[in-house]
Amino acid sequence: MATAVQTVERENYLNSNYGIKSWLLTTDHKRIAMLYLVSITAMFWIGGFFAMMIRLELLTPAGDLVTSDTYNKLFTMHGIIMVFFFLIPSVPAVIGNFVIPLMVGAKDLAFPRVNLLSWYIYMLGAITALTAMVTGGVDTGWTFYTPFSTTYSNTHVIGAAIGIFIAGFSSILTGLNFIVTIHRMRAPGLTWRRLPLFCWSNYAAALIMVLGTPVIAITLLLVALERAFNIGVFNPQLGGDPLLFQHLFWFYSHPAVYIMILPGMGVISEVVTCFSRKRAFGYEFVALASIAIAVLGFVVWAHHMFVAGISVYAALVFSLLSYLVAIPSAVKVFNWTATMYKGSISYNTPMLYAFGFIGLFTVGGLTGIFLASLGLDVHVHDTYFVVAHFHYVMVGGMVMAYMAGLHFWWPKMTGRMYPEAWAKLSALLVFVGFNTTFFPQFILGYMGAPRRYHAYPPEFQVLNVLSTAGASILAVGYVLPMIYFLWSLRYGEQAPPNPWNAVGLEWMTASPPPTHNFDETPVVTWEAYDYEHQPQEEITVGH
Amino acid sequence: MATSDVDIQIAERALQHHFADMEQQQETSTFGMWMFLLTEIMFFGGLFTAYLVYRASYYQAFVEGSQKMELWAGATNTAVLICSSLTMALGVRAAQTGRKKLMIVLLLITILFGLGFLGIKGVEYHEHWENHEFPGPNFHFETIDKKPPVDPQHTEIYFSLYWAMTGLHALHMIIGVGLVSWIIIAGLMSAYTPSYYTPVEIVGLYWHFVDLVWIYLFPLLYLISKKHGG
Amino acid sequence: MWQNFPLFPPRASALAWQVDGLYFLLVAVSAFFTLLIFVMIFIFAVKYRREAHPHPVQIEGSLPLELTWTLIPLGICMIFFAWGSLIYFQEARPPKGAMEVYVVGKQWMWKIEHDTGQREINQLHVPVGRDVKVIMSSQDVIHSFFVPAFRVKADVLPGRFTMTWFRPTKTGSYYLFCSQYCGTQHSGMVGEVIVMEPTAYQAWLSGNSGGTSGSLSANGQQLFQQLGCATCHRFDTQGRGPNLAGLFGKPVLLDDGRTVVADENYIRESILNPGAKIVAGFKPIMPSFQGQVSEDNLMALVAYIKSLAQPQQSQSASNHQAVPETSNVQ
Repeated sequence: MATAVQTVERENYLNSNYGIKSWLLTTDHKRIAMLYLVSITAMFWIGGFFAMMIRLELLTPAGDLVTSDTYNKLFTMHGIIMVFFFLIPSVPAVIGNFVIPLMVGAKDLAFPRVNLLSWYIYMLGAITALTAMVTGGVDTGWTFYTPFSTTYSNTHVIGAAIGIFIAGFSSILTGLNFIVTIHRMRAPGLTWRRLPLFCWSNYAAALIMVLGTPVIAITLLLVALERAFNIGVFNPQLGGDPLLFQHLFWFYSHPAVYIMILPGMGVISEVVTCFSRKRAFGYEFVALASIAIAVLGFVVWAHHMFVAGISVYAALVFSLLSYLVAIPSAVKVFNWTATMYKGSISYNTPMLYAFGFIGLFTVGGLTGIFLASLGLDVHVHDTYFVVAHFHYVMVGGMVMAYMAGLHFWWPKMTGRMYPEAWAKLSALLVFVGFNTTFFPQFILGYMGAPRRYHAYPPEFQVLNVLSTAGASILAVGYVLPMIYFLWSLRYGEQAPPNPWNAVGLEWMTASPPPTHNFDETPVVTWEAYDYEHQPQEEITVGH
Repeated sequence: MATSDVDIQIAERALQHHFADMEQQQETSTFGMWMFLLTEIMFFGGLFTAYLVYRASYYQAFVEGSQKMELWAGATNTAVLICSSLTMALGVRAAQTGRKKLMIVLLLITILFGLGFLGIKGVEYHEHWENHEFPGPNFHFETIDKKPPVDPQHTEIYFSLYWAMTGLHALHMIIGVGLVSWIIIAGLMSAYTPSYYTPVEIVGLYWHFVDLVWIYLFPLLYLISKKHGG
Repeated sequence: MWQNFPLFPPRASALAWQVDGLYFLLVAVSAFFTLLIFVMIFIFAVKYRREAHPHPVQIEGSLPLELTWTLIPLGICMIFFAWGSLIYFQEARPPKGAMEVYVVGKQWMWKIEHDTGQREINQLHVPVGRDVKVIMSSQDVIHSFFVPAFRVKADVLPGRFTMTWFRPTKTGSYYLFCSQYCGTQHSGMVGEVIVMEPTAYQAWLSGNSGGTSGSLSANGQQLFQQLGCATCHRFDTQGRGPNLAGLFGKPVLLDDGRTVVADENYIRESILNPGAKIVAGFKPIMPSFQGQVSEDNLMALVAYIKSLAQPQQSQSASNHQAVPETSNVQ
């Protein structure tokens, strides 16, 4: 139901061309972002299905829902899909692709055809991995430790490894595109110090994508070769070293978690400033903190190996560095909180998700401090404490940030408003469901409950049941947005160019934008988040 | 050579819609290729790391493996690649100065050098294959002076890394030959002018990088010890 | 109350108190900062909500504040780093005189071998108050030896010995979990550590001495003869291989100039892949025993070599392995 008086629908990137070919051969970054949105949502539900099966199995101490082998495949595939096919692409490929060219005032990313190629590579990787999963599955854990993955596992390790290998190139190309775009395609007047923090965060994440991903690509390639040709690079029986695998694996996979969280932090910077109507507190510090996280993130990988057999001195170094990498994240949390100080705060859904993010990321990040402490890590490593920690940062943090971003930019991407009441309810359900699911796991972990256990001692049942109950609430919290977002495409209120009265170039063009983004290249003369001089009108929608 | 109207027209047609001008497009494309090469360094880097770790711990085994390398083949290949980089660089210069025929000739020579490299590599691979120096269940290693190997397990790892590193490099060479062929064909169709020769330049960058990887591979794999195959 | 809603496992080792102490300090500090953030957000969200505070006050930032909330967390983190490292150091250095137990992890069970010869499957009996060092290896994939009640964990690797130690302070039976995913029955690889009073432990030892073939080092001595090691590694005269008496724990000079310490992993590598490290002055003629010795055999041989004291007499043979022999019997 259109509220604006429009007799002729304005031309925008969605209606400029119809037909499947116009979508599958598009080079428009906005359409590619939509393609990613569909693929990533599908992968999220598949990964979520595996999570549901895991939590159902863990309702009882005995392994009675599925066999051990099936359970091992379930947690492996849940991890692989969620890490490589959901979290890593989510904000960059969906929101970043859509919004970054708009934010820098460009007509497209630097390499539009590479962008499309990146989506096709992602699809090829996803199909390869899913095929491996559907034709028998893989049961090595998403961490593929050798020699189990190279020699002992009887599952489709090579297929899964190749699927991830392929998807890695998608990530590399996206990162490459972002770096070059942010360097070279900024509108006149848009200096680095005026760049939205979302761009800074994605830039930092892109640096990691570009430098780190090739290492896991070559590592998984070696695993596949070792399995195929029975060579012994990681197999001790043939003179190889299983610890070398772990070093190579974690050299990427640790920075990968920063690939996952940094773009989410970028979303939070945008949302908090907009719904507090304030400049970002400590802009330079937040921007530099992103870069610091990216750099420091590369030198902490062996904190995953404190009990693996590394030397005491190596462990000391990595523990110290792991504390250092926590500090910039803490700085960001304080700066976001300070941004709200003396602001003018409204409780729109994106802001609610931002509140949730800041709180839950704080908990997740602080429990990282527990893990960085050597003596304590010895006890909680490979227990549910770790599982709780990374779900707090990844789900309580990152997925909430993704939801915040989807809601924030939904009007821009689709030209429609989502129903605010349902959205707020979903946010609440997610928050409650999430904490109920994962907080008990901290306790379980300290009690000694190991992770990746199909069956567990009966004294751990109560907490497991609580966790599963929470998961069912969380699931509802995710199903509702699926429904109302789809609903909004047809029945949602028409969105004005700037429904939130936010400051930023993307809000200075129509919702949805025309294919070429801007009728004229904008010239930027204002500082970032200049809420003092930029749109001041009251929010008229969804308050 | 003065820029003709035809040249300017070609450049204008090549300008992509999202760039303000050809200079921005050219700088962006070049920057993009440098970033891509950075990822390639990290890609090979994983293999180099594995190699350095094992060589440090099992030096003797690696020496014995390296002694079975054909020094003439490796040295010739090094010379071939260096020459190919020269012709490639000259080819880019020719494109820059609008000398189409010269560019085509130089790029063709570059391809010939590349194919020569691959041919010599093929001969080496065949030799190693015949000697059972391919890792796996059929691996069987004899030292250069026919004595029993000191640590065959880790010599097998040397060979695993040899095949992986040179194989990955050869794959990049094949891709490079393909890219240069594409440039030649486009060049024959007069796609490049002094105002627009970016693809030639960035393929050149890629070619130089692949050459540079070999410059590191050769001493690491072939020159560990003085005694050699021949 | 803790019985019904436990928050931590029983504290059954000397180290457990320290680890718990660190944990609770971390919990307290984390709770403080979490509450701080939650409360501040709540207060700001309410106090500065749009209706109550329609005009925001633009603040660019504050360097003193940035420094404060950078340096204070850093300082606090350093406390945790220091304390955690101290605990870790203790875990990495088993005290001298610790009783040694050998553990083989395999899919999907724990095989325990006491120095005195008792063998156990999925159970480990130890006396209370005694330092116990476990020396472990895996027969197949990576496992991990985890006893929550002792707050102790160490991965068990194929191809290498790893070790950890603990001093049990409370009698009872405690879970032993495998905590590194190892395949189908990973969650079935559960055992128990049974801590007994010293007298009860002695009784258990003597009650279980039947059915074993003697102490681990005696087994090792048998293997040493059976596998032909004694042919080259002689104690009475200089053989083709180095004299192993008094070797364990000493530095060894290799032919490439490196010096390594003859620890468990050195012995193991020398048996399985002798060419990797050649002792200076000797030829690389030792054959590999890969495939001929099981993990149990390896542990027995290591135990035997550890048990070899310094040789009483030394004729042409030198006590110190670092000095090569002048005459080599071909």
